[in-house]
Amino acid sequence: MLSPGAVSTLGSTRTVTLDNGLKVLIQEVHTAPLVSVWCWYRVGSGDERPGLTGVSHWVEHMNFKGTRNIPRDEMKGIVERFGGTWNGYTWIDQTTYLETAGKDALDTLLFIEAERMASGLYEPEECESERTVIISELQGGENDPDQLLDTEVTATAFRQHPYRHPTIGWLDDLRSMSRDDLYGYYRSHYTPDNATLVVVGAVNADDVLRRAGKHFGRIPSGPALTRRRPAEPAQIGERRVTIEREGTTAYLKIAWHAPAATDPDFFPMLVLDAALTGAKGTNIWASYRGAPPQRRSRLYVALVERGLASMVSGALLPTADPFLYNISLTAMQGVQLGALEAATLEAIESVRRDGLTPEELSRAKRQLKARLVFEIDSVTNLAHQLGYFETTVGDGFFGALRPSVEAVTAEQVAEVARRRLGRETKTVGWYQPVQR
Amino acid sequence: MTQTADTPGLAPVRHVLENGIVAIAQETSFSPAVTISVAVRAGSVCEPDTRVGLAAFLGRVLDRGTRQRSAAEIAEALDDHGVVLRVATNRHVQTVSCTCLTEDFGTMLSLVAEIVREPDFPADEVEKRRAEMMTSIRQDLDNPAVRAFQALQTLLYGSDHPYGRPPKGTIESVERFTRQELIQLHDRTFAPSRTAIVIVGDVGPDSALEQVSRVFGGWTGGAGTDHAVPAAPPLQARREVRIDMPEKSQSDVAYGFVTINRLDPAYYAYWMMNNILGQFGLGGRLGENIRERQGMAYYAFSAFDPSLGPGPLIIRAGVDPRNVDRAVAAIDTEVSALGTDGPTDREMAETRQYLVGSIPRMLETNPDIAGFLQSAEFFGLGLDHDRRLPEYIRAVTIDQVRAAANAVLHPDRAALAIAGPAA
Repeated sequence: MLSPGAVSTLGSTRTVTLDNGLKVLIQEVHTAPLVSVWCWYRVGSGDERPGLTGVSHWVEHMNFKGTRNIPRDEMKGIVERFGGTWNGYTWIDQTTYLETAGKDALDTLLFIEAERMASGLYEPEECESERTVIISELQGGENDPDQLLDTEVTATAFRQHPYRHPTIGWLDDLRSMSRDDLYGYYRSHYTPDNATLVVVGAVNADDVLRRAGKHFGRIPSGPALTRRRPAEPAQIGERRVTIEREGTTAYLKIAWHAPAATDPDFFPMLVLDAALTGAKGTNIWASYRGAPPQRRSRLYVALVERGLASMVSGALLPTADPFLYNISLTAMQGVQLGALEAATLEAIESVRRDGLTPEELSRAKRQLKARLVFEIDSVTNLAHQLGYFETTVGDGFFGALRPSVEAVTAEQVAEVARRRLGRETKTVGWYQPVQR
Repeated sequence: MTQTADTPGLAPVRHVLENGIVAIAQETSFSPAVTISVAVRAGSVCEPDTRVGLAAFLGRVLDRGTRQRSAAEIAEALDDHGVVLRVATNRHVQTVSCTCLTEDFGTMLSLVAEIVREPDFPADEVEKRRAEMMTSIRQDLDNPAVRAFQALQTLLYGSDHPYGRPPKGTIESVERFTRQELIQLHDRTFAPSRTAIVIVGDVGPDSALEQVSRVFGGWTGGAGTDHAVPAAPPLQARREVRIDMPEKSQSDVAYGFVTINRLDPAYYAYWMMNNILGQFGLGGRLGENIRERQGMAYYAFSAFDPSLGPGPLIIRAGVDPRNVDRAVAAIDTEVSALGTDGPTDREMAETRQYLVGSIPRMLETNPDIAGFLQSAEFFGLGLDHDRRLPEYIRAVTIDQVRAAANAVLHPDRAALAIAGPAA
């Protein structure tokens, strides 16, 4: 349920679990003749084992390549017939598929998602063709210095937990994985009791339920899946990684281990991040990508306004297990990474020492309040948020976002800063341009 | 009137202020937020030929100080309300926009008005943003996608044409900009008669227009002059440039043609042609060939971007350096096939149905609606453009799309830029 006053015109969410375990979340929103359908699976790169890194994401790709009743050549065009758009993404805790289209598409969209859940083809030649597409995706990412550094910093910060490898996978695994690896992984994770269907838009909830039962009801549930992820041992010393590449610009990244979404530290950290780098909100699909309000934030004032960096950003996302809190910086021409790192840590130390001012605390909360509204500005984004929290964190979290932010105190923020942003528990990445 | 599922389509209210400002309001009820969009016809075509990037630089400094407020005070006003102000500079327009909570609408509208009307371009801010802009230009130099795209624009239009110049300028040009030049460019191009203001969100149109009138009504100023876009004759022979970036993992291919302007009667035929070539599904015929059949690229698509002057049709693909020639050959094949034979009946039907059906989705969020209404106003398409769009799309015949494809899709007259490691 949304907190009163946060979103005036949105109703409540109806949640029903079908007999086979499929959870269905429906919200009627009659502001435009659209419907957004998302099907979420509780599987992501954090569930992969060595040698099969990237399998979740590759499986996602294969699930657009034809099913028993939708030949590959017809996959393209079904959603488009209703003016719709479709996509999918994979991250550390989840894989999801979406379509947003004219409201008359509802039944077709549910049919597509049911096919995807139970009847994927995984034709061997399609698996091979997709192998090179994904390697191309990986190489495109490597062209971006920030992404390259992010991969290295993440792999350095984690020793044990599978969050350490990139969602796209390591290149050698992408080269060696077989069709059976993909199909086996698909069959064991794509079951109704490991999924959540979200429908938001100009629909009738009873009608959605009836149609969901028709399309998904016959899919049998799978064996119970238990997530077994090794815990990450506590970091006891600073870790560092340096990349040298031909180029013009230097980048710095500092990462600390972050609280999981359900950890009591999460909301104090979210407020702390808003004060340090500006509030992003929690929507990884949409609003999170835009620039945050940050011109008065600690690190912007200390680093960008003083001409040391041209850009600063922070990233803290709600995740099932403890992931990372990242601060990323682009160095201004002529500024050495050592000087930028020292200035960044000095700004962090001052928050650890003295906490936030009352103005900073109230500004951070006010920014988060606004972002929590902006990030659900469409049926697509509302459906994303409902499914994201249901899949990664569980019941009740989404509705509690705003009161949880409101309840954060200055003492909590200062305390998490002291405890979590220590000098010895950080991982530092340098991207050093060189002229060859 | 608010858009609902049962009364699809926008119902904006338009009002022209005495000083010439066009104000348009569209109420929506999805969430308690409002988007403010102020577009001034002061884009990069307005910058002197010797000051490449000046308009984009003006966009960077515009909101960093007014006659009443310092940069820090503006920053505080924005951050306190969780608002991000964006100034976007394109070929013809500077757009100042933001989204705020409904309760902050009046405060933010006043701030936006102050920024648009009375920027002060403080000297220290000019220096800070200059250093940022130069870093941003250097970052672009490391980015194969940007390098290929920019090189293609220059091949298509020439480096003296406003569509062919690098929008951010160069290290050398940005180094030389002065505060005085920013003030002059603002005085010359920012004027009420060149401005359209669109308000979309949880505020009634009467109230929105009344508030716009209150904060912008007193703005006076010269009429400014519109800048004609120089001619851009299509290439008569194929031209190609390769940019070597040895330590990158992937090569970026940009391939294109000069087409028509937005007001050309053939616009809708070109739009459909582009959709078939490189948009429909996962990148149209190009995506089907390069990604789906050959597994060569994560992305392959085309984009059609006409404006007051003849815009480009650009094909993009990111491929393994060893596959560059194969990818270019695949692009040549698809361009040639559509250019020679035109689309099939099935493609026409699918694309028509898709484009008509996608109109409500194009208008899903307040910023989407604001952008659509600004564009309709800029090109004079009418307040009911979203409602008329289906008939324009349905009226396009297969012969018209074939004629559009015949007119531009010739591999032997394509421009081609490739940035990345040598194979």
